[in-house]
Amino acid sequence: MSTPEDAKLNSYRTGPDEQGHFGIFGGRYVAETLMPLILDLEKAYEAAKVDPEFKAELDHLNKHYAGRPSPLYFAERLTNAIGGAKIYFKRDELNHTGSHKINNCLGQIQLANRMGKKRIIAETGAGQHGVAVATVAARFGLPCVVYMGATDIERQKPNVFRMRLLGAEIVPVTAGTGTLKDAMNEALRDWVANVEDTFYIIGTAAGPHPYPEMVRNFQSIIGHETRWQLEEHEGNGRLPDALVACIGGGSNAIGLFHPFLDDPDVAIYGVEAEGHGVESGEHCASLRGGKPGVLHGNRTYLLQDEDGQIKDGYSISAGLDYPGIGPEHSWLKETGRVNYVGATDKEALEAFKLCTKHEGIIPALEPAHALSYVQKLAPTMDKNQIIVMNLCGRGDKDIFAVAEHLGMDI
Amino acid sequence: MMKETRIDRRFAKLKDEGRSALVTFVTAGDPDHETSKSILMGLPGAGADVIELGMPFSDPMADGPAIQASSQRALKAGENVRKTLDMVRTFRESDSDTPIVLMGYFNPIYVYPTEQFLVDAEAAGVDGLIIVDMPPEADDELCLPAMKHNINFIRLATPTTDENRLPAVLNNTSGFVYYVSIMGITGTAAPNPDDVRARVEKIRAKTHLPIAVGFGVKTPEQARDIAATGDGVVVGSALVNAITETLDNKGKATEKTVSAVLKLVGELSQAVRGG
Ligand SMILES: Cc1ncc(COP(=O)(O)O)c(C=O)c1O
Repeated sequence: MSTPEDAKLNSYRTGPDEQGHFGIFGGRYVAETLMPLILDLEKAYEAAKVDPEFKAELDHLNKHYAGRPSPLYFAERLTNAIGGAKIYFKRDELNHTGSHKINNCLGQIQLANRMGKKRIIAETGAGQHGVAVATVAARFGLPCVVYMGATDIERQKPNVFRMRLLGAEIVPVTAGTGTLKDAMNEALRDWVANVEDTFYIIGTAAGPHPYPEMVRNFQSIIGHETRWQLEEHEGNGRLPDALVACIGGGSNAIGLFHPFLDDPDVAIYGVEAEGHGVESGEHCASLRGGKPGVLHGNRTYLLQDEDGQIKDGYSISAGLDYPGIGPEHSWLKETGRVNYVGATDKEALEAFKLCTKHEGIIPALEPAHALSYVQKLAPTMDKNQIIVMNLCGRGDKDIFAVAEHLGMDI
Repeated sequence: MMKETRIDRRFAKLKDEGRSALVTFVTAGDPDHETSKSILMGLPGAGADVIELGMPFSDPMADGPAIQASSQRALKAGENVRKTLDMVRTFRESDSDTPIVLMGYFNPIYVYPTEQFLVDAEAAGVDGLIIVDMPPEADDELCLPAMKHNINFIRLATPTTDENRLPAVLNNTSGFVYYVSIMGITGTAAPNPDDVRARVEKIRAKTHLPIAVGFGVKTPEQARDIAATGDGVVVGSALVNAITETLDNKGKATEKTVSAVLKLVGELSQAVRGG
């Protein structure tokens, strides 16, 4: 395991190693049936990564289909309302399908095409990843099966309908507790049974190697754009003083963070969902309320009991309640490069209202967690310092949940 | 080099007798600890030659609905790794020959933690481990330490294990090789005996270890067919289903539970013995 000292000497951006490890985290803990497939996928991805044609195609889709680059927007009224550092939003909520999830899906479906796969499967919790997968599957004319916990299907009806419109087959998962982790188990079971023709599009920077690296690289477009866009706003060489993003599995966060990991003057904050509070036991703060374990093909921090049984996460935001976290975040926590903090349901709702009122932007509940931390951080910083927050999704999907919590009828 | 284990001795003895082993799988603690212990104690008498005991896990990724449900029942009834090892220890007080293989997923072992688990498992009388999510790439973490405790690490070969991959799968495997006869999860499709024969022969060309075949074997007839090619036949979901069918409407054991499982084991055993 690399100690903080080791890591400080080198770079935070060279991981993972060949076996997919970030320090002790990551790896490839999968059943033998999947192993040859995962090795194939890795080979295909390694080839695609350095192929200019692959990059050109993806650039084209990102620009003309997803609508990238997403704007970097100075949230002036919010900055004045909160006081302190200047707050910028990286507006990935403006992407086609309404969140950052499309960045990853476009990359993976292109890889599926290159590998000649004819069928797409995915897991989804809130349904944002499911919608993004169903969208790219429709765009490329591939049949698509989305596994979704029965509990989540109930909570996320609009997204379920969108996926069906897009032609995806939704398979309700009742196994376990019927939430995201069970949907992921079920997708893995499907993959084991249909290895020949099926490509599994994992929705976050977790799972067996090479997924954490691959998803990170597809999402890193967020951070790369941020770097040049901030220079456009603030002048050459100007870096953000702080980055803030919410953490479910960690894909939008690692996408923003990764290009800045070796800029020591950029402070980085990942915001976990604290639900009713870490002490209450009802939360999904894997890094601060969990401990290392092995699930879904990688070693990482997990919510679990003393017997190693996985516990369910809880959050008002269905997109954050995964009991694990991408392995690179576990490593970044242990090296100390990234600060992991949290926001409760209540705090996220307050931030949700604040953003809507001052900026005319209805954020998803996930980035509302990030904004809640920005509310705490900005006043501790100087007026000419800069925070960039990833506004990774829009709130249309959440209006029902928010109405319920505010005691309103729609 | 490892010492000879109960697994080695058992397969050698059956080879002398000229027949295949019946390998039975049930989940420890299903539907509750005491009933499960009674089943375990009765298995050798009913004809099980090798016993696989599932360690229940909340997220059994490689298992079908039957074994998923059995894990959930066991966990709900309070089963955990410590209790499962206790069950093995009790079994060993009256049976020092029948091999017991613990089957499951890595996380409960990892948090136990691993080295302490191996010490306790060896002391309890565990002979082998099948840990589904530990491929050869992770041998340093469990397979090699297990061998130091004289516990066989049994690996799965699958229909996707091609010639390039097979040596890695066989390397460090001991006790026996478990050939997964279908592409998929436990207890779903039925294996095709001709495909199985061809694959088992390919594996046999590369190892001297006995080869047991499982995933999808349900009936005595299937068991007989598979026994003709494999050195062992593994039956799991069918036994778990036998448990499920006898439960009352609250999911609790009834007086039929133990006998139903053992009766099916008896029938399977007869079939494997060519009866
Ligand atoms: C808008 C939004 N943000 C964040 C997440 C959490 O995922 P990740 O941590 O991988 O970005 C989700 C997941 O559904 C989401 O929909």
